[in-house]
Amino acid sequence: MSWLLSLPILIPFAAAVISFLLKDGPGGRWASVIGSGAMLVSAIALMSSVLDQGVVAGQMGNWPASFGITLVADLLSAVMVLITAITGLAVAVYAMADVKPDIERLGYHALFQVLIAGVAGAFLTGDLFNLYVWFEVMLIASFGLLVMGGSKEQIDGGVKYVALNLISTILFMTGIGLLYAMTGTLNLADLARTVPTVENQGMVTVVAVMFMVAFGVKAAVFPLFFWLPAAYHTPAFATSAVFAGLLTKVGVYALIRMFTLVFVGDISFTHEILLWVACFTMVTGVLGAAAQNDFRKILSFHIVSQIGYMILGLALMTPLAILGAIFYLVHHIIVKANLFLVAGVANAIAGSTELKRIGGLYATAPILAVLFLVPAFSLAGFPPLSGFWAKFLLIRAALEEGAGFVAFVALAVGLFTIFSMTKIWAEAFWTPHPDGVEPRLSSLDRKTLWPLILPIAALAVLTCIIGLFPEPFVVFAERTADQLLNPAPYIAAVLGDGA
Amino acid sequence: MEVVISVLVGALVAAAVYLMLSRDLLRFLLGLILISNAANLSIFVAGRLTTGAPPLIAEGQDFPADQVANALPQALVLTAIVIGFGLFAFTLVLTLKAYKRLGTLDTSEMRIAEPRDE
Repeated sequence: MSWLLSLPILIPFAAAVISFLLKDGPGGRWASVIGSGAMLVSAIALMSSVLDQGVVAGQMGNWPASFGITLVADLLSAVMVLITAITGLAVAVYAMADVKPDIERLGYHALFQVLIAGVAGAFLTGDLFNLYVWFEVMLIASFGLLVMGGSKEQIDGGVKYVALNLISTILFMTGIGLLYAMTGTLNLADLARTVPTVENQGMVTVVAVMFMVAFGVKAAVFPLFFWLPAAYHTPAFATSAVFAGLLTKVGVYALIRMFTLVFVGDISFTHEILLWVACFTMVTGVLGAAAQNDFRKILSFHIVSQIGYMILGLALMTPLAILGAIFYLVHHIIVKANLFLVAGVANAIAGSTELKRIGGLYATAPILAVLFLVPAFSLAGFPPLSGFWAKFLLIRAALEEGAGFVAFVALAVGLFTIFSMTKIWAEAFWTPHPDGVEPRLSSLDRKTLWPLILPIAALAVLTCIIGLFPEPFVVFAERTADQLLNPAPYIAAVLGDGA
Repeated sequence: MEVVISVLVGALVAAAVYLMLSRDLLRFLLGLILISNAANLSIFVAGRLTTGAPPLIAEGQDFPADQVANALPQALVLTAIVIGFGLFAFTLVLTLKAYKRLGTLDTSEMRIAEPRDE
């Protein structure tokens, strides 16, 4: 049982070691791809076991829970690990062609696998301090990936990314200290039981807000998002795709976990803050994107804007809203990573990501144009793609709660999203290339082309499947939301039945 | 003792925030070290302080007979120190690299990734 829980963490670590040893040759790439494939298999196995038996928990080193370190997978953890594995595999394949050999020799693939291990660990842990450790694993790997290559932009973006993330980490740790002082435990399930019995509930709320700020920086919500658009457009395309897909979503996951399981004592206060944060995040992100003129910078601001939708689902805290947030989370990871991958191909064949300096992709590379349209329309929420259902569920949840204003903001932001997607479409795809270049996919040799196009196509197909057959995904998200809002089985699985 | 260390944490945080508000990246970095030590100390105090009672369990018993020092926060702080040290080493190298590549440590001059005209 505990193997099933630890394999999605151990496999990427093993892959990291092997690809570091083979970093001077092509073996490193393949180790990374095979490792990601193996992780996907283990994630599927974990998922089927969670679907079968409900919450799966294991104690590392066989120390009983609340003393030992718990790994636990409920439906949310399992689906996040699964989607991490899917994105990881797609990006690992893409990185084979995208990452330059000199950066590979620095150990790119090894760091990438460490990053994936950190993300999976953060999703699977059932202990707050352990969550901090996984955040650090993820953070140090992402620092390395971000500045690899050492261009001026990367160093500049890296400084801001590192500084703001370290502040968030320290806040997180202080919050852990204060929470431990009040409850004497750091096990999440145990915290869920003990936090309501704390006498000084005002102090609990203060600590809750500390966690909100700490995870808010990681999730890039308003007004804590400034590191993201400063850094995400600078590294290799494979790197920014995996960052865009996964890293901020770990922050969102941590927020969802803490504010459905532990900090539910003063919902009218904490979730009210989250609601406003969500609205401002959606609006500032989308306005920031409208002002940009670079493929990746536009996409970076859109991450911020989309995070707002997920926080909105959490803030409303109804079963339908949480369902919507989970659906959005999964849909967004696939779509966002894919758009960054498309930006990489556009850069490879048209020569830049600055919209003013590229063009003509529709006329000469129509396949890429179609592959861009699928995630772009999905992001903007066109039916019948996945983004439509995600937005539909959230807006309906807002209307059911009587939060008409919030629903209006969410709809208006969707409209602006279309605006900046059409901006990319018009400048990069429709208008002719300013230098008269005719960008063609066939200009890439076959060894580069397939690793670049295959992951994009696979993720686009996934987006279409979720969009065309949303029913099983919605049913799944409903079960997940139900587990989050009724945490008794989670607590029982971790602490044993005697608890 | 708890009070003394709490006051110390407060002083460290105050000094750290002052340093971190500076535009100079190196001063920011020094502030970061101070505040991370403040966080470590607050975890340490959170476990309550006990003097002269090491957490040792006599042979043949499952738990200590008397009240002993709480070992868990110390283990946590130790982990945090090690991680913090690694991160700090990385950040220091990054700062050095930034100074070499960008020619400045003034954060308001660092506008390459986000040019002014946008």
